[in-house]
Amino acid sequence: MRRQNYRTRAVILSVLLLVILMAIYLSGIFITEDMILGSFLEAKLPPDFQHFFGTDALGRDLFLRTLKGLSVSITIGLAASFISGIIAVLVGIGVACGSKKTEEAITWVIDLFMGIPHIVLIMLISFALGRGFWGVLIGISFTHWCGLARVIRAEVLQLKSEPYVAISKKLGKSGSWIMVHHMLPHLTGQILVGLILMFPHAVLHEASLSFLGFGLSPEQPAIGIILAESMRYLSTGMWWMAVLPGLLLVILVLLIDKLGHLLRIIWDPYSSQG
Amino acid sequence: MPLEAKNLYFKFQKQESWILEDCNIRIEQGERVVILAPSGYGKTTLALLLAGYLKPDKGQILLEEKQLPKEGIYPVQLIFQHPEKAINPRWKLKKVLEEVGEIPEGLLTALGIEKPWLDRFPGELSGGELQRFCVARALMAEPGYLICDEISTMLDTITQAQIWQVILEEAEKRKLGLLIITHNRHLAEKVGSRIVELE
Amino acid sequence: MWIDENKMKCKQQKLLEIHNLSLSFQRYGTWLRQESLEVISNLDFTVDKGEVVAVVGASGSGKSLLAAAILGILPPNAIVQGEIYYQGTRLTARLQEQLRGRDFALVPQSTTYLDPLMRVGQQADGHRKPRPTERRKKIFEKLSLPEKTGKLYPFQLSGGMTRRVLVATAMLTEAQLIIADEPTPGMGVEQALEALQMFRQMANEGKSVILITHDIDLAVLFADKVAVIYGGNTVEIASSRDFERGEEGLRHPYTKALWRALPQNGFEPVWGTQPYAGSCMKGCIFAPRCSMRTWECEEKMPPIRELREGEVRCYHAT
Repeated sequence: MRRQNYRTRAVILSVLLLVILMAIYLSGIFITEDMILGSFLEAKLPPDFQHFFGTDALGRDLFLRTLKGLSVSITIGLAASFISGIIAVLVGIGVACGSKKTEEAITWVIDLFMGIPHIVLIMLISFALGRGFWGVLIGISFTHWCGLARVIRAEVLQLKSEPYVAISKKLGKSGSWIMVHHMLPHLTGQILVGLILMFPHAVLHEASLSFLGFGLSPEQPAIGIILAESMRYLSTGMWWMAVLPGLLLVILVLLIDKLGHLLRIIWDPYSSQG
Repeated sequence: MPLEAKNLYFKFQKQESWILEDCNIRIEQGERVVILAPSGYGKTTLALLLAGYLKPDKGQILLEEKQLPKEGIYPVQLIFQHPEKAINPRWKLKKVLEEVGEIPEGLLTALGIEKPWLDRFPGELSGGELQRFCVARALMAEPGYLICDEISTMLDTITQAQIWQVILEEAEKRKLGLLIITHNRHLAEKVGSRIVELE
Repeated sequence: MWIDENKMKCKQQKLLEIHNLSLSFQRYGTWLRQESLEVISNLDFTVDKGEVVAVVGASGSGKSLLAAAILGILPPNAIVQGEIYYQGTRLTARLQEQLRGRDFALVPQSTTYLDPLMRVGQQADGHRKPRPTERRKKIFEKLSLPEKTGKLYPFQLSGGMTRRVLVATAMLTEAQLIIADEPTPGMGVEQALEALQMFRQMANEGKSVILITHDIDLAVLFADKVAVIYGGNTVEIASSRDFERGEEGLRHPYTKALWRALPQNGFEPVWGTQPYAGSCMKGCIFAPRCSMRTWECEEKMPPIRELREGEVRCYHAT
């Protein structure tokens, strides 16, 4: 086969990654509660061909539980990055185009948010909202926008100093017209990539929050819960309960990260011509 | 309907000395004024002030004895030295012209802009080709005054002559006032009706 | 006029030879298709020791890319064919890397090449030890840069001053070959003459200069010969004495058109625009705009041939 050019390879690889992610997500939807219902006869089995990841203390199949958990993680990650993204875009553009006062005020808020460790803030918000799915979702959404907002602000400020933007103004175009036609096309790539790179963060935070007991409730098959439960059995040599679900989580996060970098290559026509 | 700058003072923030100090200039309608001066005399700054890209610290700029509008199409248009920066790199050139309005075929032909260029991106054209678009765009805005800040310095002589021929023709036809900034004395003598030399 | 004996002695030695250079870019077309776009084809010229060669031509004819090709600083998607010899050795990427900054110096076209966070005097001095501060000051003075210039940061300089600083930086090096890419725009005539005179002087001391420029009228005063490039092709190599005789002395119709378009020589443009080197023309690249064209010109690209001690790529030149 002829060696494909860089961009084609990036496209093929990202489609592949998307398919894998979709597969994980969909499998989680099709796995029903009774498929995970275990029996005590099969409790604490090491991995074999019947149970790829072994079973847990209640005899539930860990592979199915992990998939289900990751699927929940993906949902939360997607929704949280999306909400964060919207906040980031609004704030970023607002700061760059607003008056000096608003800029100072919002920059101060951003610094405040970034100054507090993420996990503490998410725990507070989630706890205040009564934990569970919505607590986690809102907690993560409201803490992950700062970085992207800063990037967008810097980008807009730079665009504003471009001669073609100044010229557009002198050609009688309004601020909003310039924003839509001149600036957004430049920002779309940044925003898209920023969103995707935010996604693994959100997933990891969801997992750690549930692990610490401030997130999803214990009866839900969340990855954080699985890992928290496995801790009790780790000292008795039941390694599979922690290692295999943990490994799958790491792989998922790496895949998404890779996807973000690939999209950057595809999007930016100047970055790579090889 | 003259364009006038009265007692202009300008400096960038925190800089100690004035870039422009008590600067006065008056351009009549249909007049072609050339400013001929070595670099570092604030010529570009004057161009940016007159075209409304900068605000003077003191003094005023008047068109027909009136302040210039804050919104809408500015009646004084500026063509920059470097066309690469004056055009959005993500826009096809057709859109660059459509930003101002309907594309006048005649003007494109006169400037030697070829049809296929309209569907290209700016990165695929040379500086000389892009500058033609900048000239077309500025003329399409139908300004009363046009400021040309070293617009042909980076171009070969043939392109330079082509572009100037169009600008001079249009200026004649529309009774445009021109302010031309250049280092090239021969060019100044060819295109200007009045030469202002700064020493 | 500017040729002295010293230069005649080392004249015969070729410093740089370019044979049949072509250059194309791999770029993405619609969606994922990759296509190659030829920007330079059939480029030949030589630079002798102690010589100033002016390279003139339309903007977008590939002049700046030529400089990048010699220095080996083309973007990774560029494909170079043909040969470049430096002092008889064929240039490779490795050799170019060694020669850059030592034997080759560049005066870049864009004024953004200066480090924005470093005082320009310090930048001009570079890493050389001991610091050539005294010599630098003299060069600054010659280029009529005020004494305090060395202490300024790039953003405090005007366009013309920046260019003079870039010229001074190249002059401070020990390079054998200086490639100046549009060094004069933004300078007044006196300063431009001063800068060009300094290039001339460097050549008289045995160095070589490639001067890429649009200011033909100034360049011919200082250059030994002029290479005219159109659409990525060398169309004429003329001695600068030919330009003194005006149109009569020139060979290619494009060179004549360039000369005629100068404000002091009629300011008369030829209509039409330059085609791309890779625009699949089988005939002469200037034919569509040429008043002398015949069927022959539209059929086949004329080869470069010798004519009156110069070279020309035209069937009809006399």
